[in-house]
Amino acid sequence: MFESLSDRLSGILDKLTRRGALSEADVSEAMREVRRALLEADVALDVVKDFIDRVKQKAVGQEVVKSVAPGQMVIKIVHDELIETLGRDPQPIDLAAAVPVVMMMVGLQGSGKTTTTAKLAKRLQTRERQKVLMASLDTRRPAAQEQLKILGEQTDVATLPIVEGEDPVTITKRAMDAARRGGFDVLLLDTAGRTHIDEELMAETASIEKASNPHETLLVADALTGQDAVNLAQSFDRCVSLTGIVLTRIDGDGRGGAALSMRAVTGKPIKLLGTGEKIDALEDFHPDRIANRILGM
Amino acid sequence: LTKEKLDEDTLDDLEDVLIRADLGVEMAERVRSIIAKNRYDRGASADAVRQVLGDEVTKVLDPVAQPFPAMAEKPFVWLVVGVNGTGKTTTIGKLAHRFETQGKKVTLAAADTFRAAAIDQLKIWGERVNAPVVAHDVGSDPAGVAYDGLKRAQETNADVLMIDTAGRLQNKSDLMDELAKIVRVLKKLEPEAPHGVLLVLDATTGQNALNQVELFQQVAGVTGLVVTKLDGTARGGILVAIAERFGLPVHAIGVGEGIDDLESFDAEDFARAIAGFGRENAKAA
Ligand SMILES: Nc1nc2c(ncn2[C@@H]2O[C@H](COP(=O)(O)OP(=O)(O)OP(=O)(O)O)[C@@H](O)[C@H]2O)c(=O)[nH]1
Ligand SMILES: Nc1nc2c(ncn2[C@@H]2O[C@H](COP(=O)(O)OP(=O)(O)OP(=O)(O)O)[C@@H](O)[C@H]2O)c(=O)[nH]1
Ligand SMILES: [K+]
Ligand SMILES: [Mg+2]
Ligand SMILES: [Mg+2]
Repeated sequence: MFESLSDRLSGILDKLTRRGALSEADVSEAMREVRRALLEADVALDVVKDFIDRVKQKAVGQEVVKSVAPGQMVIKIVHDELIETLGRDPQPIDLAAAVPVVMMMVGLQGSGKTTTTAKLAKRLQTRERQKVLMASLDTRRPAAQEQLKILGEQTDVATLPIVEGEDPVTITKRAMDAARRGGFDVLLLDTAGRTHIDEELMAETASIEKASNPHETLLVADALTGQDAVNLAQSFDRCVSLTGIVLTRIDGDGRGGAALSMRAVTGKPIKLLGTGEKIDALEDFHPDRIANRILGM
Repeated sequence: LTKEKLDEDTLDDLEDVLIRADLGVEMAERVRSIIAKNRYDRGASADAVRQVLGDEVTKVLDPVAQPFPAMAEKPFVWLVVGVNGTGKTTTIGKLAHRFETQGKKVTLAAADTFRAAAIDQLKIWGERVNAPVVAHDVGSDPAGVAYDGLKRAQETNADVLMIDTAGRLQNKSDLMDELAKIVRVLKKLEPEAPHGVLLVLDATTGQNALNQVELFQQVAGVTGLVVTKLDGTARGGILVAIAERFGLPVHAIGVGEGIDDLESFDAEDFARAIAGFGRENAKAA
């Protein structure tokens, strides 16, 4: 569907056969194509604009070496800058805190919080040998607590017993208590989905944070998200102190520009990728993979 | 004063508004060039420019704003499809409620046999709206559930059958084959079924929604769209590109998680929100 950025840039720049430096005009023409490619990948417009400015500065004046196609050179500058913006070094989930280490998942409705909670629990339990407890604070979506309970049974991870009629903060306190008493190393809190403009529910998230003081607060977001990624990430980050982002549905064929947007506006690292519906479909974040995807390579 | 073309800066700003609303570059450029061709007043106020923008987007959306069909066939079979987490099950609950208040007898079929507690979720909706739910065990063949659902709907003289399916990404061919199989199996009982195939799209989705429509239409013969989660965003502009390219009817929009949070799709309202009259985009324009 999309012509790859390499092809487009080659078409524009590889006509330049002269030795010397890329002129401002050459670069500007190339940047229009880069802008287009980033927007087609769902990178937020303001993030695109900043990004283009930075790349432009780096590209103008670059020597066009005869042996290297200028298109490829610009691609490399774009690619490197993408990786820089996405965060070069992977940042894993951090366990360095007093037990029980609390981790909270937040995000829009249907983004993949409950599934990610179970995936992360399983990984911490098997790979890091942590004793994990999961609790669902979702008292609104039909069968949400049941969903986490079933996932707990499937993964052999303990879940907090369901008590009908409790509100999310009460459940949080009960979960903290159960985690302490039960000698759990990690407590994962799965919260209900909420839109970032719903003030009442955003306030609820803040109360849960206050009651549990999480060591990790992860924004679980859909890799297929469009331009709203910026507002969504900013709003959640303002309401609670995010420590990282989990990008789900990476197994789709979306271009994943939301990753760049969210990272750029919050500065928070992308820590994990959801790569499928199954419980083991969770991977560490590698910036080059997302960079290639955004560029359609 | 003769009308002149809007200047390039104003047109750039318009294009930005559209891109921010998820129309995509191509569609945004197309709307821009339509506006550039028409001679609008150069000195037009921001509001007047936005009005023009709203009008052009309305023109694209108007043809697809269509209510649900009359559902003359009995039982009228709806197959509800879409990628993961878009709001299929919730939309079925809301629609079942709406159809029941219109005096129709609705049956639900829980053909998402994969996701944890998906069956329980639909059963809770079934209780809320007083509709029987046909379900098999977790992990069983979804096509079997759909078949039994139709059989039961026929036997009990139901007016409408709504089949809930598991979320699936359109690029997963095995899961898309599973969907094709559901359609095939339904036709064994009733050659005209499913009478309607609803694709549920999440309004926060970006450009990938175009691929979603294309592939679900290919595999399952989508007849109409429902766009959800419009309470969370004034955008959903990808729908404009979808309307232009596929012309599929948009039957309703989801504006919340509650049973009544389903509205008919109003092209002008939607276009105005995209053009920046809505609360969210006001600052972008
Ligand atoms: N393909 C794919 N599907 C996923 C992934 N993560 C979650 N899902 C699916 O997305 C859908 C929603 O996932 P949930 O975990 O229920 O999402 P949630 O954020 O808890 O939803 P709410 O609690 O309703 O807000 C389910 O169908 C999951 O199977 C992923 O990485 N890839
Ligand atoms: N804000 C808002 N949330 C919605 C809307 N429609 C559905 N939801 C929520 O989105 C989440 C996912 O909805 P589901 O109906 O479970 O979605 P689904 O497509 O059936 O999900 P899977 O079966 O896992 O693929 C739930 O938390 C719903 O309450 C809507 O119009 N607005
Ligand atoms: K989603
Ligand atoms: Mg959940
Ligand atoms: Mg469902």
